[in-house]
Amino acid sequence: MTSLPERPAGAKKLGLVIDLDTCVGCQACAVNCKEWNASGHSAPLPDFKPYSAGAEGVWFNRVHSYEAGEGEKGRTVHFPRSCLHCETPACVTVCPTGASYKRAEDGIVLVNAETCIGCGLCAWACPYGAREMDEDAGVMKKCTLCIDRIYNETIPEAQRQPACVITCPTRARHFGDLGDPDSAVSQLVARRGGQDLMPELGYGPVNKYLPPRERSSALTEAKPVEDAPTPMDISNPLLRWMDRVLSR
Amino acid sequence: MKPAPSIVFFTTASGAGYGLLFWLGLLRAFGWGAEAPPAFGAAGALLALALITAGLLSSLAHLGNPQRAWRAFSQWRSSWLSREGVAAVLTYPPALLLLLALWFEWPVAAAVAGLLSAAGAAATVYCTAMIYASLETVRQWRHPLVVPGYFAMAAFSGAALLAALAAAWGLRGSVLAPAALAVLGGAAAMGLKHAYWRAVDAGLPGPTRESATSLGAIGRVRPLDPPHTQQNYLLREMGFRVARKHAARLRGVALAAGFAAPAALALMALAGAPAAPLLAPGALLALLGVLVERWLMFAEATHTVTLYYH
Repeated sequence: MTSLPERPAGAKKLGLVIDLDTCVGCQACAVNCKEWNASGHSAPLPDFKPYSAGAEGVWFNRVHSYEAGEGEKGRTVHFPRSCLHCETPACVTVCPTGASYKRAEDGIVLVNAETCIGCGLCAWACPYGAREMDEDAGVMKKCTLCIDRIYNETIPEAQRQPACVITCPTRARHFGDLGDPDSAVSQLVARRGGQDLMPELGYGPVNKYLPPRERSSALTEAKPVEDAPTPMDISNPLLRWMDRVLSR
Repeated sequence: MKPAPSIVFFTTASGAGYGLLFWLGLLRAFGWGAEAPPAFGAAGALLALALITAGLLSSLAHLGNPQRAWRAFSQWRSSWLSREGVAAVLTYPPALLLLLALWFEWPVAAAVAGLLSAAGAAATVYCTAMIYASLETVRQWRHPLVVPGYFAMAAFSGAALLAALAAAWGLRGSVLAPAALAVLGGAAAMGLKHAYWRAVDAGLPGPTRESATSLGAIGRVRPLDPPHTQQNYLLREMGFRVARKHAARLRGVALAAGFAAPAALALMALAGAPAAPLLAPGALLALLGVLVERWLMFAEATHTVTLYYH
């Protein structure tokens, strides 16, 4: 059913928190996502012409890099983009077959590959570009929040996290329940002022983005050390004498 | 947005078919065409059904798994695409009954089936329009003139077809009403599209790269490195940019050749010129105009995902 499930306030909202301050744009999340999901719940993630010009394929995670701001305030920001598991996702309600759905129990948005007709309307309805068509199978694919890892009792408990989170070398990605105000991720969002993407569209994205931290003033205001020492700065008497002679 | 040929053909052909069915059913219910031979009315209903069916079949070509298309009738509670499918299927029984009633000359059945067909045709075109008009992600489709535009295109091309058909049968009296409707429809199409294109060119409000990345607090955001060096589905489907180069010329073609010329030809027929040689090319030009307009409707639309890329 593509009508959205009734979800009481405080219901579980599993999602990601992505730290734009510490992301270094290394693409490890995108690669590990591809690796895991190529044989996971939504497998396969096909590649087209993988070994020749025009290689492309289905990826659930895409890492952009931007420049933001001007002059001294300007900075480079690496920006991973994936499904935000919205609270009111239009990609679900536009689906004519019921293949696209939002889970009542944890809010994860999934596609049933058995009933998807591959019309592509959900990809049009998603403002974030989170859905990519598997043109081999003719069905839509998307981030599953690694549903086959996070509930997987055959792997050690510490690894029951999405592939993108567990692989991130700078810990720029965090996974947890954003419906619980006391969870570690909710606390992190509150502390760092986590942001929604395109909040004006009203889809209520669950994933949050932590803004780059303000640079400390010591870093922006620090000037190069004086390179013309006064005689008082030179403590060695011999060098002080040489400086005086050479400065004549 | 990529103007997929199957979808452009679908909305043009089915739109014209539903327009033709709408006018045939509605006018017939009000006593128009009563003097016409049964073959004329039946041919009209048959042409409408053929256009509708060809369009619907073409839309199936757009699907990744067309054999599962029957599943699309299930989610009418939330999905305009599903509602379109349901409305299209529900319109078939009255349209087929109209075809039989016109052929076998059952006036009461023709009136009832005509009104039901007209209602079904209007409902289906409305659902089609709402598929696009309900997408927050494409600001050119959210515009309030999109739904009236779909109605105008269907009504205009349908009236032009009905007028051409009546002229081909040599029905002097029955030509007048659809020809007058084609003139009005052409004028409405021109007015609506002119206003719509002016609004689009003036710039429509929508998300920005700053709100898409949440980085607006730092300042203006510029793309530095793309996430991939080759194409992907998103860019092929939603980053289509070829058409903008030719947009101004194509708009001119749609307005002049597609809407103004058929309306002028219908006006000449109304003024007493020989109808058949004027209205047949008029109907073809109207279809061409709608085709070009529909192509532009896709090609000029920009999706929010492109904010991330360029």
